[in-house]
Amino acid sequence: MNAAHAGRAFRAILWRELLRFVQQRERFFAALVRPLVWLLVFAAGFRATLGLSIIPPYETYITYDVYVVPGLIGLIQLFNGMQNSLSMVYDREMGSMRVLLSTPLPRGYLLVARMLSGTAVSIIQVYAFLAIAALCGTEMPPSGLLPLLPVLIVTGLTLSALGMFLSSRIRQLENFAGVMNFLIFPMFFMSSALYPLWRVRESSVLLYELCRFNPFTYIVELVRHTLYLQFDGLAFAVVVGTLLVFGAAALIGYTPARGGPAAGRGGG
Amino acid sequence: MDAAEQQGAPSAKTSPTAPAGDRAAPVLRVSALSYAYGKHKALDEVSLELRAGRVTALLGPNGAGKTTLFSLITGLFDSRQGEIEIAGHAIRRQRSRALAQLGIVFQAQTLDLDLSVTQNLHYFAALRGLPGGEARRRVEALLEEIGLAEKAKAKVRTLSGGQRRRVEVARALLDRPALLLLDEPSTGLDIGTRRWLVEHIHRIAREDGIAVLMATHLVDEVMADDDLIVLNQGRIVARGQVAEVVRQSGAADLDDAFTRLTGKSGPKAEAKP
Repeated sequence: MNAAHAGRAFRAILWRELLRFVQQRERFFAALVRPLVWLLVFAAGFRATLGLSIIPPYETYITYDVYVVPGLIGLIQLFNGMQNSLSMVYDREMGSMRVLLSTPLPRGYLLVARMLSGTAVSIIQVYAFLAIAALCGTEMPPSGLLPLLPVLIVTGLTLSALGMFLSSRIRQLENFAGVMNFLIFPMFFMSSALYPLWRVRESSVLLYELCRFNPFTYIVELVRHTLYLQFDGLAFAVVVGTLLVFGAAALIGYTPARGGPAAGRGGG
Repeated sequence: MDAAEQQGAPSAKTSPTAPAGDRAAPVLRVSALSYAYGKHKALDEVSLELRAGRVTALLGPNGAGKTTLFSLITGLFDSRQGEIEIAGHAIRRQRSRALAQLGIVFQAQTLDLDLSVTQNLHYFAALRGLPGGEARRRVEALLEEIGLAEKAKAKVRTLSGGQRRRVEVARALLDRPALLLLDEPSTGLDIGTRRWLVEHIHRIAREDGIAVLMATHLVDEVMADDDLIVLNQGRIVARGQVAEVVRQSGAADLDDAFTRLTGKSGPKAEAKP
């Protein structure tokens, strides 16, 4: 692979993704409103009823809105990963995925470039969200914002890989809507995004176990610890493992030689 | 793709045809290619060779296997039975090198509707690895060639179907391919654009030495001196120059020959106004 060619192609894929993001203002708006509704409405209501004890990485009592921010960062990236793959299902129907896949570059490189571009968009959304949250009085430690960046690349890629794997298995847009409902919400609710796991365990051991097997829990915990300048090794290992598994599955899904259904679809 | 391949590009892209002794070497070679969807055999032992500067019409009724063949040549499908080589590079083993010689106009429209004409073309130029300056020159020249220079900044969404197809032809030619594939490119187009398309691809084949493979089910898009391959139910049932195929099938004209060879009648009747 020629480095200059690969670089040009990557910049073009990223540029196209950013351009589409900027042009679809409603998408940007929705991406910000969604977590802000959780933060400003849901968290405000819960603040009074839910007491949180001191758990890592927090060193003092925190309010509920502070607790819920890492989960909402995860939600932004989860939605973005799914939306990115939604646009891939759409792209494939429109044929521009065919154009991308018939580019003389390794297929794996093209898919990773596509995932990284989607992740870049999600990171812009995350920092915009954090800025608005701070304006509304929910501040994160400023020192955690920079170390958060590389972590967001890893978590964003993981969720993009999951979305891309799904897009390789889904034939129609309608089916995709179902997956959104049956995947995004369970992943979000069955995690440590909205409530600490020890709280979940108090009410249901089964639910607790489900949360523990949900990779999204580890994405949220990795973000949470990073914001407070701590490293959660287990969370990092699980997130990277999930990335590798779904990244490989997505690559297989888009490689016709390996029997993947996605690449060849769409015409006899 | 490796460095050696890139360095020559893009101006030397048509190099496979350059050395005089190589002029006869096929730009596309398909040998004993088969492909099945489950139990249904879409392609059965298909072999063909395309030479530089020639337009080959791939004629066949709907479902004959034309799109399957194109999907295999573009590497979107993979078949373990048979071999495909583009400018001497096997698509299965040297995918990037083979695809670097290939320009494609897909049957479905594949432009990004929310981007402008120029943005679409520059996106594609970058995917093909063209440096910025070269890309700008190519985009300008090609827009001039297809008569859409004044639409350069227009969003693709605002273009007519015929204009979009012209942009797709320009896009396929950006990287100076040795082989141009067009999959039923005139589907849904007005007569004016269809005529332009047929004339244009013949001109670029002649002038730039590009090998063109055009799938169609419309007999009237085939010119008298074109090479012809008739595909029916996954098999090649006739091949040769148009007059030859007509004579061999004992028909009066190509339309009649097509009916005799495929058992399907009057593709002309399906032509859109």
